[in-house]
Amino acid sequence: MGSLFDIIFSANFGYAVLRVTTPILFASLGALISIKAGVVNISMEGTMLTAALAGVAISAYTGSAFGGLVGAVVVGMLLGLLLAYFALNLKTDIILAAIAINLMASGGTVFGLFVISGDRGISSSLASKVLPRIQIPILHQIPVLGPVFSNHNVLTYVAFISVALVYILLYKTPLGLRIRAVGENAHAADSVGISVKKTQYIALIMSGAFAGFGGAFMSMGYVSWFSTNMIAGRGFIALAAEALGMGRPFGVLLTSLLFGSADALANALQAFRIPSEFVQMVPYVVTIIGLVVYAQRKHSAAQKVRQEDRA
Amino acid sequence: MNKRVLFETIRTLVAIGVALLLALIIIFSVSDEPGYALERFLLGPVTNLRNFGNVLEMAIPLIFTGLAISVMFMAKQFNLGAEGGFFFGAVGATALVLTFNLPPVILPVAAIIVGALAGGLGSALPAVLKARMGASELVSSLMMNFILFWLGLFIINNYFRDAMAGAMASHRFPDAAKLTRILPGTRLHFGIFIALAMVVVVYLFLYRSRWGYALRMVGLNIRFAEYSGINTKSVILYSQIIGGMIAGMGGTVELLGMYPRFTWFQLPGYGWDGVIVAIMARNNPLLVPVFAFFLAYLRIGADIMARVTDVPSEVVAIIQGVMIMLVTAERLLAGWRHRMVVKEKMKAAEAAEVEGGGVQHG
Repeated sequence: MGSLFDIIFSANFGYAVLRVTTPILFASLGALISIKAGVVNISMEGTMLTAALAGVAISAYTGSAFGGLVGAVVVGMLLGLLLAYFALNLKTDIILAAIAINLMASGGTVFGLFVISGDRGISSSLASKVLPRIQIPILHQIPVLGPVFSNHNVLTYVAFISVALVYILLYKTPLGLRIRAVGENAHAADSVGISVKKTQYIALIMSGAFAGFGGAFMSMGYVSWFSTNMIAGRGFIALAAEALGMGRPFGVLLTSLLFGSADALANALQAFRIPSEFVQMVPYVVTIIGLVVYAQRKHSAAQKVRQEDRA
Repeated sequence: MNKRVLFETIRTLVAIGVALLLALIIIFSVSDEPGYALERFLLGPVTNLRNFGNVLEMAIPLIFTGLAISVMFMAKQFNLGAEGGFFFGAVGATALVLTFNLPPVILPVAAIIVGALAGGLGSALPAVLKARMGASELVSSLMMNFILFWLGLFIINNYFRDAMAGAMASHRFPDAAKLTRILPGTRLHFGIFIALAMVVVVYLFLYRSRWGYALRMVGLNIRFAEYSGINTKSVILYSQIIGGMIAGMGGTVELLGMYPRFTWFQLPGYGWDGVIVAIMARNNPLLVPVFAFFLAYLRIGADIMARVTDVPSEVVAIIQGVMIMLVTAERLLAGWRHRMVVKEKMKAAEAAEVEGGGVQHG
């Protein structure tokens, strides 16, 4: 067991945690914004997958990693727009519409990849680009901190900076106030002249943009190709991270790091004699335990309020 | 009432029509031989008995997962665990048939019961968390799918794996476990009768039993159900557990009907297909087999097309997505419906006036 601690308390492990947290963090920030506006976006999984393909395809086509990133984010926003149009204008149940997007994405990306490149399942013939890694000057030379925090993919830094940006957006800007007002009580927001529909449109498009960043990271940073169902449940784990983050950007950061650690731990544990099936289960089990703890706390808080009411 | 059915029927047909039109456009834009591709896609499944048998075979698991999702969605429980339940039910059945040496008929029956229990177990945890603590069944059931998948693989790999088989696979099932083939020249098996029987059972459960009544009331309005004395927590529990059990049964029937041994090393996807079937069927168990057949027809048609032309079968994914979006879009054709209702009321009012006038004069 001693060597397990060696692994966990190594700089490599710290680096791996930040790396695997990145896509989860992007998606859970996106989920946070949409839920703050009172609309649940469970299409993060499919949106990330589609954006991952778009990033690979567009970067190969334009020869520019940045072009691929922009393409991925735009595609993410378009899927957010599509979900918003169906949910808000055509009054489709937003959960079902999002399921439809997820289903379309899992088969549609395979179809799209084949049409674009003739590849089946993995984009081996596309000369796609990878987003650059960044060495942070000075920090890079510091022992321990350097290997953990420096030399990450540029999107990893974007993800962590986004936590602060989302905080500022939600709590320090008029738009953020409108988003929260609509999410708290749409009727009240409507009565003071806030356009509920417009605000929810903006929130869903923004959540799609974050999923787009997450997808771009997966295919142009985490690995350098697109493959079938490469998101592997990260979009769903992000929903759990959002739920556990108690609706706060920094809470979401912590829970995303928790799931990222579970993911990294699963990778690290593969060196031990634990059956690999159980190792693979770790992130999902942690998610359920987290949900239980969160629900328990909310439940007991609600009971406390009820008891106080009675007293 | 009939007008509503008519309206829903037309809306479904419009959704299917638009989706197929989209498929047509896609096929024409990607294929070098669009006419042939389209012909194979739409008519391929009925050109010979084997292909048509494939459609019926595929409809069987779709009926089970469609029913499973219908029961849960009818109670407005967004449990998406049919995927894991289907898989884990098949694992449970594998464990049973490879452990106990029972005579024919009894063995598959026992396997289906064990499969149902295993599937029910899988959806029980999200159900308990929802009923006891209000934790979202949506997220926890999605997580359970992955957990059941890895747990199932662990069980198969460590206890039932056939080391002699080249790929990862369980030992062969005894002949007593297999479901009888019923149509020579196809692989269609006895499971289709079990599936259709389940359609009737689920219908009777939902519309002719107290539990089913309570379940539907919770789905319509949980607060109203609570006030009228329905134990909503128990509905939340049993709706999801029953859904998981039906999914587990489906996994067992599919495995024993179609496979000589357990060879699933990824989630088969029928749980998600069940969502499509349930949505198209408006959670009505009697419509589930219709749309299960329809979806199976599309899939097999696309497979046939992909085999002989340059259009990949995944084009179906796009058709499915568009269909679900349009079918669930409440406002689609709402204007037309509104006019229909207004016209009807006007006519009724006129008729009443004429009648009322007549009475006065008389």
